[in-house]
Amino acid sequence: MSDDALDRMVPELNQILDWVEQLGSVDVTGIEPMTAVIPNTLRLRDDVVDADPLTGGNRRDAVLANAPAAEHGFFGVPKVIE
Amino acid sequence: MTDLADLTVAAIRSGVAQGSFTAREVAEAFNANVAAAQDALNAFIVATPEQALEAADRVDAARAAGQPLGKLAGVPIGMKDLFATCDVQTTAASHILEGFRPQYESTVSQKLWDAGAGMLGKLNLDQFAMGSSNETSYFGNVVSPWRRAGDTAQLAPGGSSGGSSAAVAARLCPAATGTDTGGSIRQPAAFTGITGIKPTYGRCSRWGIVAFASSLDQAGPMARDVRDCAIMLEAMAGFDPKDATSLDLPVPEWEAGLSADLSGKVVGIPREYRMDGMDGDVAKSWDDGIAWLKDAGAKVVDVSLPHTQYALPAYYIIAPAEASSNLARYDGVRYGLRDLPEGAGLQDMYAATRAAGFGDEVKRRILIGTYVLSAGFYDAYYTQAQKVRTLISHDFKSAFSQCDVILAPTTPTATFALGEKSGDPLEMYLNDVFSVPASLAGLPAMSVPAGLNREGLPLGLQIIGKAFDEQGVLNAGLAIEQRVGFVAKPERWW
Repeated sequence: MSDDALDRMVPELNQILDWVEQLGSVDVTGIEPMTAVIPNTLRLRDDVVDADPLTGGNRRDAVLANAPAAEHGFFGVPKVIE
Repeated sequence: MTDLADLTVAAIRSGVAQGSFTAREVAEAFNANVAAAQDALNAFIVATPEQALEAADRVDAARAAGQPLGKLAGVPIGMKDLFATCDVQTTAASHILEGFRPQYESTVSQKLWDAGAGMLGKLNLDQFAMGSSNETSYFGNVVSPWRRAGDTAQLAPGGSSGGSSAAVAARLCPAATGTDTGGSIRQPAAFTGITGIKPTYGRCSRWGIVAFASSLDQAGPMARDVRDCAIMLEAMAGFDPKDATSLDLPVPEWEAGLSADLSGKVVGIPREYRMDGMDGDVAKSWDDGIAWLKDAGAKVVDVSLPHTQYALPAYYIIAPAEASSNLARYDGVRYGLRDLPEGAGLQDMYAATRAAGFGDEVKRRILIGTYVLSAGFYDAYYTQAQKVRTLISHDFKSAFSQCDVILAPTTPTATFALGEKSGDPLEMYLNDVFSVPASLAGLPAMSVPAGLNREGLPLGLQIIGKAFDEQGVLNAGLAIEQRVGFVAKPERWW
């Protein structure tokens, strides 16, 4: 972010953080943090290859279709090793 | 001839089924309204008139062939641009996803097409659904079709589903999809004199919806009346194995179950929502709502939700925390924008891409989110907020031991002018004070029109129900709708 943008944003962020500080005054003795808002059990899917074609395999071209730089069937990125 | 674009979902569906008009005629009427309003209202990011016509032609052909028609056969709708639509640009109103064409269809949109609906276009919204006035979209503000009496100032359609609310209110579509994380269906519905329901968390699949805060995000319909919301919600809801938090429950027949007779029902009025300095018109609409529900046969009792004042600060820790994690996927590698300065390495590319691709409000929330999740602050902020969330959920459980539904205003005021609050993020956040608690507790909640204020602007009443009791919420909404006699609509100036 530019210095200008930071100058603008820092007071806003401080104001928001000051405001959420009020949560510290709530007595939460013995209260568990929320993990699931509606009781639900996590499911395991059947251990089958390509059970759902939308989320299964063999979708390379679809996966790469929106990549800014797809090369040779891979995602292209700038050089990461010197 | 009837103006087809003035018909409800139910009327379009039965008119098409009976042959009073064709689905194509309906799609043409709405396509024309979409095109005519685009410059003035900016409700759509992309219009898809051809898709609307193709879906309509399929319905007309099916009817001609005597085949059974779906629940939404011949109804063209608007799709919030947060739902992935196959091969149609999906942006979440952000620059970072500009040009992104999903290779798959979101579960909710697919269900709507399967029911016979057609797509008029992708609706504008606040960027990544972060905002309450539709002023954070990269593709420009949505302008409400409503104006104050005797004034031409541009007003906010609410947010984040502001394109949806403006489009339904202006008769650009009979119904639209919305998503609600902290009020993003209910607040814009209230601001534009329409109806919208957020179902119980998990009713509608999140698969294919651009994620903001996953433990809160929930899709729902926005339409002109309660029946249309019930019809839409039936088509949108249902178990989806592709969403780990999807509820494995049958979808109730909400439309068939509609009844405005509230005999034997108890309505709770939360005393903590009656705040000092409350807007007079909003307070009056609340009193009217109480009287209407009594008239419908309900008993009214006072209830207490003692942690109400802490809901908003808890939300503004939890939602940014989840957003900062969800939005880490926008890295310039797999999809969306890439900004690669000359000679830059991978880290520089990430930074440049995000700097260019995210708007200010999104950056603010990512910064807050990463801060409250950072080692050393995590317990003080995030864990504390999740404990407060548990307390808020307990508040509702204890209130619902005394009542069936809760009635409250949807928003603290009617809508405001564009630019009026956008300079102060905190003031904007306070808009969601009445809608956020139900989101934190995952409860079904809807907004129905409650009349106009002294400036001629719509107000909404909110009904919050027990988990899984969308029917109770819809029925109380219907009882209000039948008594408020809300026929006002924005006068066409665009």
